[in-house]
Amino acid sequence: MSQADLSIHAQVSRTGATETMTEPTFSVPAKKMAMWLFIIADSATFAGCLVAYGFIRNATPDWPRPFHSITNVAIMTLILLTSSLTMLIGVRSAEQGEKAKAFRFTMITVALGILFAVLHIREWMGMIGEGATLFRNPWGTPLFSSLFFSITGLHLLHVTGGVIALIAVGLKYQGGRYNADDLEITGLYWHFVDLVWMFVVPLVYLLNLAH
Amino acid sequence: MTTAADSKHSTGMGKDLIVYVCLLALAGIQFFIAYQNISTSQMFVRMMSVAVIEAGLALLFFMHLSENRGLKWFVLIFTVAVVLGMQYGWSDSFRLLDGVPWAH
Repeated sequence: MSQADLSIHAQVSRTGATETMTEPTFSVPAKKMAMWLFIIADSATFAGCLVAYGFIRNATPDWPRPFHSITNVAIMTLILLTSSLTMLIGVRSAEQGEKAKAFRFTMITVALGILFAVLHIREWMGMIGEGATLFRNPWGTPLFSSLFFSITGLHLLHVTGGVIALIAVGLKYQGGRYNADDLEITGLYWHFVDLVWMFVVPLVYLLNLAH
Repeated sequence: MTTAADSKHSTGMGKDLIVYVCLLALAGIQFFIAYQNISTSQMFVRMMSVAVIEAGLALLFFMHLSENRGLKWFVLIFTVAVVLGMQYGWSDSFRLLDGVPWAH
């Protein structure tokens, strides 16, 4: 290395430019940033679906209001919100090095996610039993059933994916291959699934409640 | 680089519980609004307002966005811009309802 090169290298080190170049965006680790970018993109997907639903609902006269009870959806909401809390406890435990507690609460979150999915499918089966399918709606316009099954199905797909991801990451965390960061990143996704449900419930269920 | 192990989120478990109870209460308000004798548009506005507050709480405290200012603004500006951009079609949905020959 020449004297000039050494001088430049020393200058770069002194100004801290080398550190600046390797500093991650917003001081967020790359894996976490990737999850945030996914969440932003996925929120655009859900927003697109919900806005399309709103457009069609608004433009369709005599939109059906087939829901008579909100008990099931209230229980589902309670389960999903509670699962977010158990996920938080799991992540905090992992950060404090309490591995067993972190794994236990991650698996409680998984159990709540499965319970949510079971209740969701039970509700679907009830509606299918009344004659509603993706292309048929006994209460009026078929668009209602198409949108209902598409939006809730997309959300259920996310819940299922989240449950699988939590099991995989939880087991690898327990085995020592993954650390608290990985658990936190999966937790971010789980909270996002919960966040989307906060918009799905009023738009798809509560606004279609029979009075 | 900030990692989960060394950063120690500034919010405690107590705050998480408060946020959880607030979210439950807000969800309860949404269900209460559903039984009010008001027009669909009023119901929509009220429910969406509550949903936005719920989403904000979840983002800031459950997803720890409040602890990273740069990321918070990045997520907020991008998401709000995209969501607002999707609102251009509402006027057309009213046209379909009232302004076309097959409208009721």
